[in-house]
Amino acid sequence: MIVLNHSQPHGHSHSTAFFDVAGLGPQLILAFPFVIALVIYLFAAAAAKRKGKSWQGYRMVLFTIGAGCALAAVIGPLAEWAHANFTVHMLGHLLLGMLAPLLMVLAAPVRLLLRAMPVKWGRRLTKVLKSLPARIVTDPAVASLLNIGGLWILYTTELYAAMHDDVLLHLFIHMHVFLAGYVFTASMISIDPMPHRTAYLYRAIVLVLALAGHQILSKFIYANPPAGVPRPEAEAGGQLMFYGGDAVDVFIIFMLCLQWYRAARPRGKMSQKTSAGQFTPAAD
Amino acid sequence: MEADTKLEAGSANEPNRLKYSRRNFWSGFLFGLGMIAFIDEMVFHQLLRWHHFYDRATTDVGLISDGLFHAFSWFATIGGLFMFADLRRRRAVWLTRWWGAVLLGAGIFQLYDGLIQHKVFRIHQIRYVENLIVYDIIWNTAAVIMILAGIYLLRRAQKSVKREEGRS
Repeated sequence: MIVLNHSQPHGHSHSTAFFDVAGLGPQLILAFPFVIALVIYLFAAAAAKRKGKSWQGYRMVLFTIGAGCALAAVIGPLAEWAHANFTVHMLGHLLLGMLAPLLMVLAAPVRLLLRAMPVKWGRRLTKVLKSLPARIVTDPAVASLLNIGGLWILYTTELYAAMHDDVLLHLFIHMHVFLAGYVFTASMISIDPMPHRTAYLYRAIVLVLALAGHQILSKFIYANPPAGVPRPEAEAGGQLMFYGGDAVDVFIIFMLCLQWYRAARPRGKMSQKTSAGQFTPAAD
Repeated sequence: MEADTKLEAGSANEPNRLKYSRRNFWSGFLFGLGMIAFIDEMVFHQLLRWHHFYDRATTDVGLISDGLFHAFSWFATIGGLFMFADLRRRRAVWLTRWWGAVLLGAGIFQLYDGLIQHKVFRIHQIRYVENLIVYDIIWNTAAVIMILAGIYLLRRAQKSVKREEGRS
């Protein structure tokens, strides 16, 4: 793999080689998983319907928009512009690390896979989800640390500048931002079966701390621009991170409260319906 | 039968309100705190643009306090309303107590914001003008009035229970 090193952190695009940080190569590598995920999701929805099991159309729409948000952040004009402008980079962060994960979590991809797959595969998938590493990573506190802690490291060290020089670092950080954002969102409000559901109060406390960590970081960026970022861009980027974070988090808070509200309903007459979030693989 | 009459203290329409007295308090307190923080953000940051996003005088602990309270108030607004919806479906709404807690939560946050966050941590000032002291006095007096009104309502709710108990 050819890695071209730029002397400036914000190398411009008209002399970029294919495998340069701002080149087409890394863009295609980052876009590929999202395209594949979208294709699998839509095929799985069709397969579930063929098996006579229903799948809500709005979930397909959510997943498609979610994948679209992620794609917009990693390939095309926005992704290229993000190399030159920190405010645009922050917009990409919101799309890739917050909005795309939220929409895709709400689309319940694991539940869909369990419905569409042969039972044997489904059991295997369930086993993976129940494994110890999966349980550790999907704990709200661990997921929050991976998500918010990763952002602190990125924006308060030399890592942000280094990301614009090193292709592998660039690829790793972008995938991490999405995956950490996804696991974080799923640990709070997943409609999918989760290895272990933690208590609502625990999730609420961790969510508040994580949101606070995000908002403190956005004001910190406003006050202390990362290396190589001009002050006006850092100020605009910090505010975008703050209010964009609020806008996405309000949905996570709402969903978490709604799930509590449903789970805490008075038990006068026992309802037959299983509540959202319970581990009920393959069952409708 | 005595237990039943106790449960019905105040209102026959909300038979469970004594049982959920604490949830009425916390629902109101959280909603009040969240609502006043929301008004602060909407009116003073966005509409009037008196408050600044960041002030060069902001201390580190101020930044942390601001972030924590911002996140907490965002959650509290929504959580408090869901708790209220829960009280309604349980027929346990106790409005006097709830409003008392709303005013108490709003007043406590406003006072904390006005004295500690603005003055000690210097996250930002109410408005960047010369006679700032006038704004500070009005801000914090309003906070104290809300706290006193909240305590008054909470005590009235408590008294109404005693009256009901005495009657039965």
